[in-house]
Amino acid sequence: MTEEGKARVVSDANFDKEVLKSATPVLVDFWASWCKPCQKMAPILEAVAQDYAGRLTVAKLDVEDSPGTAQRYDVRGIPTLILFKGGQPGERVSEYMPKEELERWLDAAL
Amino acid sequence: MSPADSPAASTAAWDLLVVGAGPAGLAATIYAARAGLRTSILERGAPGGQMATADWVENYPGFPEGVAGVELGLKMEEQARRFGVTFLTADVGATGLQLAGPDKTVAGQRARAVVVATGSRPRRLGLPGEDRLAGRGVSYCAICDGAFFRGKRVAVIGGGDSAVTEAAFLAKLAAKVFVVHRRDGFRAAPTLVERVRALENVELRLGRVPVSIEGSGGVEALVLREAAGGEAGAREERLELDGVFIYVGTDPETGFLKGKVDLDRAGYVITDQEMRTSVPRVYAAGDVRVKGLRQVVTAVADGAVAAMTAEKDLAALAQG
Repeated sequence: MTEEGKARVVSDANFDKEVLKSATPVLVDFWASWCKPCQKMAPILEAVAQDYAGRLTVAKLDVEDSPGTAQRYDVRGIPTLILFKGGQPGERVSEYMPKEELERWLDAAL
Repeated sequence: MSPADSPAASTAAWDLLVVGAGPAGLAATIYAARAGLRTSILERGAPGGQMATADWVENYPGFPEGVAGVELGLKMEEQARRFGVTFLTADVGATGLQLAGPDKTVAGQRARAVVVATGSRPRRLGLPGEDRLAGRGVSYCAICDGAFFRGKRVAVIGGGDSAVTEAAFLAKLAAKVFVVHRRDGFRAAPTLVERVRALENVELRLGRVPVSIEGSGGVEALVLREAAGGEAGAREERLELDGVFIYVGTDPETGFLKGKVDLDRAGYVITDQEMRTSVPRVYAAGDVRVKGLRQVVTAVADGAVAAMTAEKDLAALAQG
């Protein structure tokens, strides 16, 4: 159903299963249609999904569709990326980052 | 993108490379491209600069009803692309920068002339809780994050046009907006101030200084104290809220230029009237340079001047 190496879509409905119960760390991208920097990050996150396939899953959550999850993790600004490990939210960042910077951040956080 | 020292890269790819796709940079590319210069523009994020974070621009000439900041940015970008400007995604800070000499290198791109138009970034207050709660209720962009505060309580800190304009914007979404400013009067244009004073869900807290932002998972409160009378014994007030929007000015994006071009003490690029910096064929335009008025309208003017000065200087070089 979901391919390795591609960002997957998560929502309030499947967050528990796809993110909290994931054995692999999951980088959750909180985004919305009005957010231009989020749009600019989308291809960067697809590239990261590919580069880190196997050791990291990238998941995208639309905060307009899934306000419950956004609220649960105190996401009140986007873009926000939160790295989940073993069901727990860990490192997070709330600003646009170009690919090199994001990968440096990830390497330190993973 | 060949390395600057590659034997194959003997001719610079660009006549003019512009760094930063805000209004100054975009205007520079429009003028440069129309003057026949091979022109490219580097941008780390999305084009538009701070126009993209301004809800509504009312004072840019030509728009009697005003224009959405995002739209103004998109139009400028479209215009630049129409004239054949090449847009490149790059972060100048991260890679080698070489500005001296006949060919300049910026983010792996070689050009005969460079316009620095990197603008500025929102200034932080440096309050306890401010960094920890960034994205969790602390924001520097109302149009970006306002949607999270529908029906909630927020504060806007600042006294200039941006603070007052964005407070009015937030008042349409939030249940309550507190406007906090250390002075007793606003710096903002009187018409903007009148408009925000009249809003029934806006409460002013003038003569107040923010002390800290509180909250565990997200913002829960903003602590203020009276500005007058110093810290000891000043009355504190704790406002319970869900968001704090900070609009207290901007700082120039010139960290990457330290030691490369002359900057003033605050970090702004020093230029002459024609936008020339201390390095030949390196120019600066827009908020990033030392200037009196930082607005979209002055940024585009700088961009146009910088491009035409570059064209003149490159032509003079060709004549030897």
